[in-house]
Amino acid sequence: MAGFDKVVSSYEEAMAGLTDGMTVIAGGFGLCGIPENLIAEIKRKNTKGLTLVSNNCGVDDFGLGILLPERQIKKIIASYVGENAEFERQMMNGELEVELTPQGTLAEKMRAGGAGIPAFYTATGYGTPVAEGKEEREFNGRHYILEPAITGDFAIVKAWKADRYGNLVFRKTARNFNPLAATAGKITVVEVEEIVEPGDLDPDQIHTPGIYVNRLIKSTFEKRIEQRTIRQSTTASA
Amino acid sequence: MALSREQIAQRVAQELKDGYYVNLGIGIPTLVANYVPADIEVMLQSENGLLGMGQFPTEEEIDADLINAGKQTVTMATGASIFDSAESFAMIRGGHVDLTVLGAFEVDVNGNIASYMIPGKLIKGMGGAMDLVAGADNIIVTMTHASKHGVSKLLTNCSLPLTGKACIKKVLTDLALIEIKNGKFYLIERAPGVTVEEIIKLTEGELIVPEDVPEMKF
Repeated sequence: MAGFDKVVSSYEEAMAGLTDGMTVIAGGFGLCGIPENLIAEIKRKNTKGLTLVSNNCGVDDFGLGILLPERQIKKIIASYVGENAEFERQMMNGELEVELTPQGTLAEKMRAGGAGIPAFYTATGYGTPVAEGKEEREFNGRHYILEPAITGDFAIVKAWKADRYGNLVFRKTARNFNPLAATAGKITVVEVEEIVEPGDLDPDQIHTPGIYVNRLIKSTFEKRIEQRTIRQSTTASA
Repeated sequence: MALSREQIAQRVAQELKDGYYVNLGIGIPTLVANYVPADIEVMLQSENGLLGMGQFPTEEEIDADLINAGKQTVTMATGASIFDSAESFAMIRGGHVDLTVLGAFEVDVNGNIASYMIPGKLIKGMGGAMDLVAGADNIIVTMTHASKHGVSKLLTNCSLPLTGKACIKKVLTDLALIEIKNGKFYLIERAPGVTVEEIIKLTEGELIVPEDVPEMKF
């Protein structure tokens, strides 16, 4: 590795330094835009006691769900979970700690964490279980609660394209939490479908500047679809 | 007759205005997209980061990188834009979305809403619902007026943990269109063939009934 070149050649290298008990922030929404191979590497390493920060927790055999059977996740901070049986079992048995966080608050916690803002006030969650134990304050007659930011020891991110300097471009709704996660990791690891040379990406079109990225790896992706919904093609013949 | 899911969606669609940016929740609210009047344009916001959600894709158009908040494959409408989750919720929390339609378990006379958690049952999470109810000014809640066992969902006080406090002003059930103000429910319209007495019987919170309650028109 030289200069700004962030490219690593193996998944082992990509996730080097991840140890038991760390906090990992993951991009993705449902199974869309998840760093599926980086998650697979965490499973292979069998790192335990992790705190995961992610909007969802995958399904039984794909995404973050694959970290459940070996009890690698101690705690998850997410907005919507339970799309898998093992998750439900561990949550009901108290083996897995779940901190439910409103989706916008979760996104903002990552954004704030990455931007050096320790906490922020939001109306979201005021007067609900989410507000329990949090400072409340009134601004202009409206009630707000204080939400702390989140940072991670690692952030794992899936982008579409990158140049070797780690400038990232995302594709369609696979962007979601990924740019936010990228800013909030002490070590941010990104996997992409294509790596090009510096200068090949239009600087005006870059979603995440390379300054946030520590390690970059190219891979292939299954991109599993959670809810395959189609309409009949109007031109299709019966 | 109580309204069907489709009729509830149809009645909500009458509240749409030309040029509205709209967020539709999962379930009945999603059906509203099928009844947008032909002479107006609305743009659908999907909180996973898409403004200008199109219809479902054909088999050939399916793209794993393009889904809606219900994790369904979708397409983009002409003029769509894509953004990250913080930007998406900046739109929602900043009050930029013109109309939000979402479901609920319970609503009460103070505009409180409970929609994400039944203690003792599996808790899947609030997703973006807390952000939506806290950020939007114009919200329509769609739900059945009462449970299958005839227990009212329009209450004096919500019994379930809240999704949002004092944020709901309009509820459309299978029986009635109700407005909430000054700590009371106001009966605005009734479903065709449903009597005022039936609605009163199934509304636990204080309900103000005007002399004339028109039937909904479709």
